This record gives sequence, structure tokens and C-alpha cells, in this order.
Amino acid sequence: MLSDVRPVDEREVARILREAGQAKTPLELRGGGSKHNVGRPMTTSMCLSTRALNGITLYEPNEMVMAARAGTLLIELEDSLAQRGQMLAFEPTSLAAVCGAEARSATIGAVFATNLSGARRITVGAARDHLLGVRAVNGRGEIFKAGGRVMKNVTGVDLCRGLAGSWGTLAVLSEVTFKVLPLPEHTETLVLLGLPDEIAIEVLGSAMGTPFEVSGAVHLQGAMVARLEHQGLAAQGRSVTALRLENFRRSVVYRKAKLKAHLKAYGEIHDLDHDNSLALWQELRSLALLANSDAPLWRISTAPSTGPNVVAAIARYMEVSAFYDWAGGLIWLEIPPTTDAGAADIRRVIATHGGHATLIRAGAEVRGTVDVFQPLEAGVEVISRRLKAAFDPAGILNPGRMYADF
Amino acid sequence: MSRVILPEPDRAILARRESIVADLTRLVGSQAIIADEIGRRAYETDALTAYRKLPLAVVLPSTTEEVSRVLAYCHRWGIKVVARGAGTSLSGGALPAEDAVVITVSRMNRVLEIDYVNRVARVEVGITNLAISDAVNAGGFFYAPDPSSQLACTLAGNIGMNSGGAHCLKYGVTTNNVLGLKLVLVDGSIVELGGPHLDAPGYDLLGLIVGSEGQFGIVTEATVRILRAAEGARPMLIGFDSSEAAGQCVAAIIGSGIIPVAIEFMDRPAIRVCEAFAKAGYPDVEALLIVEVEGSDEEIKALLDSITELAKPFDPREVRVSQSAEQSAAIWKGRKSAFGAIGRISDYYCMDGTIPLGKLAHVLVEISRICDTHGLKVANIFHAGDGNLHPLILYDANNAAEAEKAERAGAEVLELCVAVGGCLTGEHGVGIEKRDLMRVQFDASDLEQQMRVKSVFDPSWLLNPAKVFPLQGRPQAEPKPSVAAA
Repeated sequence: MLSDVRPVDEREVARILREAGQAKTPLELRGGGSKHNVGRPMTTSMCLSTRALNGITLYEPNEMVMAARAGTLLIELEDSLAQRGQMLAFEPTSLAAVCGAEARSATIGAVFATNLSGARRITVGAARDHLLGVRAVNGRGEIFKAGGRVMKNVTGVDLCRGLAGSWGTLAVLSEVTFKVLPLPEHTETLVLLGLPDEIAIEVLGSAMGTPFEVSGAVHLQGAMVARLEHQGLAAQGRSVTALRLENFRRSVVYRKAKLKAHLKAYGEIHDLDHDNSLALWQELRSLALLANSDAPLWRISTAPSTGPNVVAAIARYMEVSAFYDWAGGLIWLEIPPTTDAGAADIRRVIATHGGHATLIRAGAEVRGTVDVFQPLEAGVEVISRRLKAAFDPAGILNPGRMYADF
Repeated sequence: MSRVILPEPDRAILARRESIVADLTRLVGSQAIIADEIGRRAYETDALTAYRKLPLAVVLPSTTEEVSRVLAYCHRWGIKVVARGAGTSLSGGALPAEDAVVITVSRMNRVLEIDYVNRVARVEVGITNLAISDAVNAGGFFYAPDPSSQLACTLAGNIGMNSGGAHCLKYGVTTNNVLGLKLVLVDGSIVELGGPHLDAPGYDLLGLIVGSEGQFGIVTEATVRILRAAEGARPMLIGFDSSEAAGQCVAAIIGSGIIPVAIEFMDRPAIRVCEAFAKAGYPDVEALLIVEVEGSDEEIKALLDSITELAKPFDPREVRVSQSAEQSAAIWKGRKSAFGAIGRISDYYCMDGTIPLGKLAHVLVEISRICDTHGLKVANIFHAGDGNLHPLILYDANNAAEAEKAERAGAEVLELCVAVGGCLTGEHGVGIEKRDLMRVQFDASDLEQQMRVKSVFDPSWLLNPAKVFPLQGRPQAEPKPSVAAA
């Protein structure tokens, strides 16, 4: 029976972890639970929720910095930013829809703990690139801090980066400090229809190689397009390749014209205006087009130009439908259910083409038997085990969530 | 200047110097070893010249395998190792030790692969920072981090220190621009992390290694992001009657939603020296901002017009937009050669704290007060957009008492930076210089967690010894492997 604890401050987190460490009680760490079903299923006897660690603790718009306790809801924090014309530039991807969880439940601590970044990652960097400082509690129940609140800081070991993307297996983040950026004044989108994957990714790569600062570069196969809520696009019945431009209005207008001229050989280019653009990119960020399904869902990162080859190679073994982000370098791949969620074939293809794959959605039984996260090279695995022990020697924090035995 | 205490060398290692040199020569060949005293002298210090130590030997490998062989040997016999790029560290990061072997990657400077489609380049890390941009310039691309020493400094050192530069306000620092590494661990094993794809799998080891100051292993190759250059770029100069007004103007620009590629600040002493050196047309004012924006001609004009408007409430004494590529180059030449220009008139001690921008006026007043108290002059240059200060404390290196005062004043300045919510170092690293100040910023549990991570990579604490972490309170290093085996 899983009992829940909701510490109200960092000291209480430390006390709980000290006691759990002594008793060797494994804990599941949870923010709002929107990513609860991602990772290997764990056998834990207690759930530590960060939801009561709540509130924005610092916001200096003129310094582009915000700090918040880890359990603060992402949606609240993004509201505060929007009121001052700012945003989290890396557009954290929401896994709530694909996991069937409450959409508004994601917390800022979990955003950094999972390092999930959306379309703008290709120009502004990932969640981990925006993390300036953390306060955290390690598996020994010791409170520590790293980084700070300033934009440039190379003082000591960069534990912020180390904790980003560690899925709660190294420490409980209690407070995060991060860089924020101005909301763009104006957004427009260029759309090409009906391109096959290889040509589409060529278009995206070509656009990324221009000086026009494309801030989103996606390609949706026809089957994915049909699931869009965006009616204008959903009705097209063929693949959609989209490029986002953001800036001051005059810049966007200028760059759009330049980019259209640059890409004219690829066929007719359609425009989405500001409002339609915001709706489309918000929808993509929510991954709503991958919701309402139990089909296994993979998240694959590879060199952008390799993306279509990876998808084609996997398609030799199974039916696939793909949504390419990051100019082709990030692939959300849905496949029909099988006993291993396609893991054997997909891992073999990745080993040939390079990159890494994470099984984001599958039943607990499957997630318990296949590698959910990319298996590590032997040398990297040794370091990873030691790193886990350096933060959490008793192995009480999300044990087994990333890797079967640590 | 020599307040930082360096440990006594291991006499047993010193006594074995000749046989160690002979062993190393067998491993990598005599052409890759410097063992004579004159040759070793060239490696006895870095850009923090107040500290000098003659290394045991210097190895100049040409391949990752050679690095691996040397590290495996040193690890087996418990010999300390100092990794070195071009030796431009301002914090003593490349300072050798008498009982340590220096491994410098400067011969490993090839470009291995340029991939414009995926916008990455794979290089050996002995390549200079600027040579990466030069290699991809023909394709219209560049490598973004641009430390002032970019003509000389290596990517290896940039990775070690997580270097920044003037243009990182928009493009980020080294850690934001490295996608993959080949790393030789202390025991000689070779691991590859990341690659041409974004976000390496598993724990963010890349993020831990970039900025680890040679404490975690020796990097030999890297995959870095290359970016398509903007259509154009142009700087403007804005002069003010006070540092406070300049600081407020920076806040107003950023608050407006404009992110220039660079916002640099200089105070009057720095302006005068740089102007004398570069003839950049800097106005003789109390405080000067160099603001650079990018885009098409029309976009640049619109942005610079907006910035001019934003500056007005702060009564700028002078607003001047660069009118030509030559003027732009001169403006940047003055800024980028500032350290060298000031070095021509005086010895200086360069600080590198970062502060929250809102504290700027207060901090500048306090820096002047601190230096006055010690009877020293100071010139201030910094990356204003991100609050990274470079006060240059002027002193006479031949006057031991004055040198010590400069070091004390520097420590007080850094304590001030931490007290207002900033940090000890924004881009130069801790090295030897700020090692003993680490407790100002971090408490025991913070440092302990950092040192535990150090021990993950280097359990016997052989790599870049006596740096970064205060000597007191270090963990008991695991016994040297050779001893343990005995």
C-alpha cells in the first residue's frame, strides 16, 4: 500500500529522506503526477509529493530570471511570466495528454527533472540550458544548493546540469532558478503540404541553415495530421511541414518573404497568421495529437538528417506513424502494440543510425520487461552507477525508474 | 602574489622522475615528450603568472589512444596529471605541479567533420576557438562562444572552464554549444558521450564534464553546434554620465523584450586605455555601453532606433551607431583587446564575479571603495547583459606588498559579488585562484556533494590537483591503485 507524504518545506523533505535512507525505504518522487507513467514501474512503499513546496520565490523580469519551489504548477508560473511579456523559452513538452493525466498538473521541478523541451529547443536550447540554480535534498537527506540566480556562473561542479534529466533518481529538487526570455511580439508559420519525409526533412534542414532564425521546424505524417484539432490543417489529408518565425512583426514579415524565396523550389507555401500559429504550436507542445491511445509511443533523438532513415528502417518491421520535431532530430513514433513495444527492432535500428530512444508510453507490464530508457554503453553505465551512489547511496530515490538495477 | 598555498610535492614521485620520463617516452615516443628544464619552463604557468611550478614532464599526444596510455600509466603509479590547452587560464586552471605530468592536447587540433546539414562540427579539442569559426565561415556558419582570448585559447580549455564571451547573451556559453565528447577517464578508459543528436541519453554527464576544470578526465574530441551567422551585425556606443544610468539602460533594453547579441560595459579608466590602444572612437564618458544587434540592414536599423529611444530617459551623453564594417571592427577590437591594452600600462589582477544586474550601481561604488581602501586603482569592463564583471585591479607586480593588497582587494570584491546574490566566477573558473574562496559561496554540504561527484570520475584525486576545492575538508582519496595492489 502506497502511503503519501507531502512535505511543506525543504527541512521536512530532508527529515523524510534521512529516515527513509536509514530504513532503506524506497520512495517514489512525484510532482503533479503528469509523467507518473513514464519510466520503468517501481516497487516503492512511499510516495513523496513536492506539491506542497509551492510558490514563486523570485521574479526579476529585467534580469530575465525567476525562481520557484519545485512543486509550483507550471501553468501558474507561465501565467505570471506572460503577464510581464515573458516565457519559458524552451517550451516544456507536456506528457500529460499522452499519459492520460490531468493537463494542468505538471510542476516546474519535474520539468527540469525530466529535461523535456519543445520545438524551440533547436534555437534556444533545452530545459537544462535554462536552469541557473537548484536547491535540493540528496538521498542522504542532506540539503545542498548549486548554481545560483545569475546568468553566468562557472563556480564549482555544475550540479544543475547533472540533476536536469535525472528523473528524480539523484535528488529531490526543492527549488529551481531559471532563465526566462521575452515572449515574441509576433509569430507566423510557413506550411508545405504533402511532402514525403525525406524531402520534408531536407526542407527543414535547409531552412535551419538560413540566417532567418526559424524557431520551430516540424513535419507530421498524414496520419498524424488527421488527428490535429487545428481544423484548417487536419482537413488537408496529407503531410504537413511547418516552419515557425517569431520576432518583432517587421522582422517576421521580412524573414517570411526571404524564407519563401529560399524554399520556392519545394512547391506552394502556405501561411498561418499569428493566432493560427499560436494555436498550432500550442497544440504540438501539448502532444494532444498523440493522446487517447494505448499504442506504444517512442521518443527518438537522432541527427536531424538521419530522422527519415530511422523511421523508414523501423517501418520495415512494423507500422509506424511519425511526428518529427527539431528539424527532424526528434521523432515521436507511434507503433501498434506488441509484447515488447517494438523495443528489439527499434533499439537495433538506433544502434545502426545513432541517437537514443525512450519508450514514453506502454503498459506497465511492457515497461517492466524492456529498457524504457536508452541502454548505456558499458563505460557510461559504470559512471552512471557511481553517480547515482554519490547522490543516493542507499538507492531510495525512484529506484529502477531509469535502469533496472540502480 | 602567492597567498594560495600549494601542497608539498610527493618526494617519492620526484625521485623517480627519470624513470617516469623514460616510461612515458616508451609509451608515446620522444617527439611527444618535453623533459628538459628549458622546455618545461614554457609550461610552468598560465595567464595567472603569479604562480609558477615546473612540471615533472610534459606530454604532447597526437591521438586519444596516446592520452589513454599516459593516463593509464599515471593512474597505475599514482602520478598526478594536469591537463592543458593553450595555457590562457586566468584562474591558474592549467598551473602545473612539480610532481605532476602535464598533458597538453595542443597538437590534437584537427577538424574531423563539418556537417552543415545537421549544423555540427566534430573537432579535436586542441583546436583554437577561433579556428572552429574559421573552418565553417565559408559555409556562413560560426561557433558561438567567443572568449576574448579566442585567437589563442583551445576548445579543450573552453570545455574545461565552460567559457563564455561577449556574445553569449544570445547564444549561450560552452555547455550550451557542446553536443558530444570523447573523454579519457583517469584509468585510461575511453568513453564517448552524446553526438550529432540533441540531449545525450541517461544522466547529463556532458553537463557535468563541461566546466569541470580538468578534474574529471581529459577530453580529446568534441561535437559542437555551429550556427548560421546572421545577415549582418552592427554595434552602437552609448555613453553615460554615471554607471548607474548605464546599468538602468541595460535593464530597460532587456525589459523591453530586445535581446541584443552583446551588451558590454566599460568605465572611464577602461575606456581611456582601450581608446588609446584601438582608436575605436570611444567617447570619454563615465560609463560606456557597446550594444550589438543582428539581422538584415532594415532589422538592425529598427532595433538600434528602438534602443536609442530606450536610452533617452537615462540622458546619454553620446549615442553613436557604427557606420561601417571598419568602425564595427575597431569598436570590438578595443573591447576584445582591453586586457592586453591595460596590461601595457600596468600589471593587473582580473576578477570575474557575476552579480544580479539590479545590484550593479551599488557594486561598482563598493568596488571603488574597496580598491581605494587598499590604495589601488581599478578599471571596470564587463558583460553587462548577464552581469559578469571584470574589474581589473591595477598594481605593481614587482612590489610584493602591493601584489598582496591586490589579491586581498580581489577577494573582497568577490565576497561582495556573492553577498549581493552573485557568484565568484562567471567564466574564468575557480582554478587555483578562487579555491579558498569557495566557502564564501558554498556551505559544507554543497561542497561535499560536488566533491562526491569529483570522486565518481577521479577516485584517487590525481587530476588537476590542489585546485577548485579547498584543501581542508577534502575526502580521503581512495588509495593509489599501485599501493592498493601491493
